[in-house]
Amino acid sequence: MLLIGLVYAALNGTMSEVTEGVFTGAKEAVAICIGLISVLTFWLGLMKVAETAGILKQLAKLVHPLARRVFPEVPKDHPAMGYILSNLTANVFGLGNAATPMGIKAMEELKRLNGGKDEASRSMITLLALNTACLTLVPTTVISIRMSYESEAPTDIVSTTIFASGCAMIGAICIDRFFYYLRSRKERSS
Amino acid sequence: MEWLTALSVWMIPVLIGTVILVATIRRVPTYETFVSGAKEGFGMSVSIIPYLVGMLVAIYVFRASGAMEALVSGMAPFLSWFGVPADIVPLALLRPISGTGALGLMTDLTAVHGPDSYIGRLAATLQGSTDTTFYILTVYFGAVGIKKMGDALKVGLLADLVGIIAAIFIVSLIFGS
Repeated sequence: MLLIGLVYAALNGTMSEVTEGVFTGAKEAVAICIGLISVLTFWLGLMKVAETAGILKQLAKLVHPLARRVFPEVPKDHPAMGYILSNLTANVFGLGNAATPMGIKAMEELKRLNGGKDEASRSMITLLALNTACLTLVPTTVISIRMSYESEAPTDIVSTTIFASGCAMIGAICIDRFFYYLRSRKERSS
Repeated sequence: MEWLTALSVWMIPVLIGTVILVATIRRVPTYETFVSGAKEGFGMSVSIIPYLVGMLVAIYVFRASGAMEALVSGMAPFLSWFGVPADIVPLALLRPISGTGALGLMTDLTAVHGPDSYIGRLAATLQGSTDTTFYILTVYFGAVGIKKMGDALKVGLLADLVGIIAAIFIVSLIFGS
């Protein structure tokens, strides 16, 4: 993407904008990470409390029948399942900044399950797919923007959002399965 | 739908309250445990920086060079042939790449066409039902140091596409002009 951008800029004569883009991009990235500090610190602290109190394990047990089908590689009662579930729940309720720390925690546990390799495991890809396309019940930010523009019914997009995100989620699971199938077939034949 | 909005407002306080309550009942040293978990937060945020800088610089260069715009305007006639309004195309393409960028575009579309117009509602549905794939990918994998991402990007982007198609379908069905 960087190369396409550079080549296009050379042809288009937008090199000065590109130079600026490099630095705004870098600045934005650091700003996001600094902003993440507050959220991550708070939620990781709270999640640690939840884990020590055994709440995560209970959650994992509760959804295990369903989650086992989506994440077949995660063993029963493993804390990863608890994190995955809290991450997805936060996503469903549109709590973006609460979802991120839980997702990262889940990834950490999945990495441990995968023997600490720097390669993405099957469950990691599934979790990512579910995060980029997760069922959304309450798109909070969108509703508030619609309110500020004096919409007659700011929440009437909730039903369409539920439908569209639900389709995306089912799609994500199917697509993930399909790619896994392709990968495992390649491995078997080689 | 009122209860859904109320639910999202109450969700976080109730969640925090429940965790603290259960922990206290089970005699977990709440504050000490909180602090030991929270310590990880800073290091984790810092460890994401290199990954996010790499990704965002590439995205910003791609946008600033005009390549992004060229891609959008190149695809717009093709997509409007399928009944996709041209105004919505930039939003659909920007959504997986930049969260703040997409939010800005969505706000702009809402302002120009009105929140209760077909395009306003479609923009809102699109914004609400998909997520910033590149950002999630970078932050989640960056934090735990995953360098080979396998099929993750392909799967994420294809899922976004499903979401976009579903959004266009349902909005035109319910609020269609």
